[in-house]
Amino acid sequence: MSFDEYHRREFRQVGRRVPRPDGVDKVTGRALYGADMTAPGMLWGAILRSPHAHARIRSIDVSEALKLDGVKAIVTGADFGEVEDESIRDIRDNCMARDKVLYDGHAVAALAASDPRVARKALKLIRVEYEVLPHVTELEDAMKPDAPVVQEGRVQETVPPGMSANVTSYCEFGHGDLEAGFAAADHIVEREFRTAATHQGYIEPHACLAAVTADGKADLWCCTQGQYMVRSVCAAIMGMEASQLRVTASEIGGGFGGKTTVFIEPVALMLSKKAGRPVKIVMSREEVFRATGPTVHSRSRIRIGMTRDGRITAAEARLYYSGGAFPCGTVEMGAQAAFACYDLQAVRSQGWNVLTNRPKEAAYRAPGAPVAIYAVESVVDELCQHFGLDPLEVRLKNAARKGTKSSYGPTFPDIGLVATLEAAKAHPHYAAPLGPNQGRGISCGFWFNFGGNTCVTLNINPDGTVSVTEGNPDIGGSRASISLMAAEELGIPYDRVRTIVADTASLGYNDVTDGSRVTFAVGLATIKAARAAIRVMCERAARIWGIDPEAVEWKDGAAVPAGPNAGKFPPMTLAEIAANSFRTGGPIAGHHEVNADGAGVSFGVHICDVEVDPETGATRVLRYTVFQDAGKAVHPDYVEGQMQGGAAQGIGWALNEEYIYGADGRLQNPGFLDYRVPVASDLPPIEPVILEIPNPGHPYGVRGVGETGIVPPLAAVSNAVSRATGVRMTELPLSPPRVLAAIRRSRATDGA
Amino acid sequence: MVKVLLWGSLRQATGGRTEIELDARTFKELLDRAVEAYPGLEPQIRRGVSVAINGVIYREAWFQPIPPDAEVVLMPYMTGG
Repeated sequence: MSFDEYHRREFRQVGRRVPRPDGVDKVTGRALYGADMTAPGMLWGAILRSPHAHARIRSIDVSEALKLDGVKAIVTGADFGEVEDESIRDIRDNCMARDKVLYDGHAVAALAASDPRVARKALKLIRVEYEVLPHVTELEDAMKPDAPVVQEGRVQETVPPGMSANVTSYCEFGHGDLEAGFAAADHIVEREFRTAATHQGYIEPHACLAAVTADGKADLWCCTQGQYMVRSVCAAIMGMEASQLRVTASEIGGGFGGKTTVFIEPVALMLSKKAGRPVKIVMSREEVFRATGPTVHSRSRIRIGMTRDGRITAAEARLYYSGGAFPCGTVEMGAQAAFACYDLQAVRSQGWNVLTNRPKEAAYRAPGAPVAIYAVESVVDELCQHFGLDPLEVRLKNAARKGTKSSYGPTFPDIGLVATLEAAKAHPHYAAPLGPNQGRGISCGFWFNFGGNTCVTLNINPDGTVSVTEGNPDIGGSRASISLMAAEELGIPYDRVRTIVADTASLGYNDVTDGSRVTFAVGLATIKAARAAIRVMCERAARIWGIDPEAVEWKDGAAVPAGPNAGKFPPMTLAEIAANSFRTGGPIAGHHEVNADGAGVSFGVHICDVEVDPETGATRVLRYTVFQDAGKAVHPDYVEGQMQGGAAQGIGWALNEEYIYGADGRLQNPGFLDYRVPVASDLPPIEPVILEIPNPGHPYGVRGVGETGIVPPLAAVSNAVSRATGVRMTELPLSPPRVLAAIRRSRATDGA
Repeated sequence: MVKVLLWGSLRQATGGRTEIELDARTFKELLDRAVEAYPGLEPQIRRGVSVAINGVIYREAWFQPIPPDAEVVLMPYMTGG
């Protein structure tokens, strides 16, 4: 069995709002982020990027750049060898173009120089001869039969014949008789929706420091969501053995999925290999926007039928996603998630991925789900308006629950959607009055969550403290949560435990910090590692007492005799056993390695109030409440932070954020001045309401919480704006010009 | 024999069926038998699949037992952010 079952228990440590272990380092500036790493003799790397959206590279002349004093090495795509695995080949080609550049900002060459100024000057001396090719940056254009083909030969066998060569995959999910379902409906709404690509918007740009030695060993320091992923990918691209590459993850200034792949690390390694000196690369914000992963941009068509009393009879989604210039499977996740919140007898979702001349998509919190559920929840809201029904009541009537056959296939076990909806219905926010030009939107959200490969070592120190070593960068409070779970299991105070994140040479393989997996999977492994250490400590106590190890149990942080024949001995605490460990057999530790399954799915419900200025189209969010099932909130502050952060990012996605491409195929807004993320003054306090419906697949009932929070805001905001303006909105972002145009179109139609 | 529910777009590899029967006691046997019986499924299985057994999703657990009469659903390989 790869996971433990949940057993109800009273917690002493888990659930407390203890001080965060990284807090002092971060507020004093002591924490080391990717760009803080330096090394003696270090060179500065810089990358030359394509000014064209699509072009063949005819030649690259680096001779003048090499002559510049201070330039120590230059690499191009020709320096990188063959890679067998297709997905890693795509990453390699995204890090450094080979024959063609596929988007504005695609890397074509890189150099290492003695200082950043020389590096920037030298970049201007590299001569690249391009044959500019027709480009296509919009999904709908890319699907046309005569569209420029972004990459040849990438169409999967799943794609029906007759489609553009840019359509690389097709998927379909669902069950039941759609036509019978629609025939049973009293009303059907069919709408088309569009969403813009958005960036994860992490504050810290990508940064790394690579040091390759003459005998082929290498060290790499970088900001990443997964140092083991970096090692695997870079070793494959560099033709190295994984054991010869040690990767250390820095503190991370946000990732949200965008740091689950590599962009500059193989380039820095290759430059260091050629120069024989450490090389550091730090991306500018413009580079982050132009060349790292935004999420997909999408078009979707949703059709839902409902009876007049609010029962959904049939639901259908056609989803078209573009993840940029390389194939991606995000639409599969969107198509599965689209109707996951509902108990449906007839449902079908179809998805197509389309190549465009844009950067390679990277994961972004619950990848694929927000844009699909935005469209579905918008149509459900419109149906509620049509029948004059309460949108929460309708969702309760149709909510997925234990025993529901999900829209993507499996039957749900215990899930928390109904409890979450009932909490929203009972909350004062839902009954609060609204003023003129104000509207209230609600939306459900869903994410799968998963576990994955995980290693944890837990050392009992001789002074009775505990060191936990885990291998996942802490992007959302995992060190505190892991320490809490170790303390809980061992029965000791939280402040006796310190959790650190290991480099790749110090611990076995760990999957990336993604999929809301860490508190679930690393927590599970920590609990198992603690239990392993407890077994050893009970054995040591038994030997000291001269009784059978089976006659000892662990209680409240101490070994105690168990059973009538065990004898009478006072409890022997963890600290006492640790103090004697050298004399009783040596250091004590527990460890656990697992590919964890049993992560429970997670649901959320958001309520959003907005006010729309009818003269300008500007939207202000007045009040926002998030309800989410956490299974068990190990550290409620962090859980609330995840819920609030997901909501804030989703509000930005709904209202402002978008990648804007010009007719020349170049990104028009690669900076935070023109790509507008919400800041504190844009947002009201976001109230989080945590629900705890235990996950039966985790010993403490934990579910992941990191991703679900970004799913509902798109529709919650759009539904609120639609109700405030009286116009159904169907395209994100809801920027003021777009909202104003919709209002004016509606007025013109009404007046006609 | 276990009944395995496929997602809809795989039906082109199974003669139009979205539910197939396989003699499999584990995740690994399920994948092996599926490719033997329906070679057209191999490209997708090579790209990656998950299997839901009685509602619990497994991503790579080759030796995960499949109980008799279990609900078994083949799914794309799960990825997250």
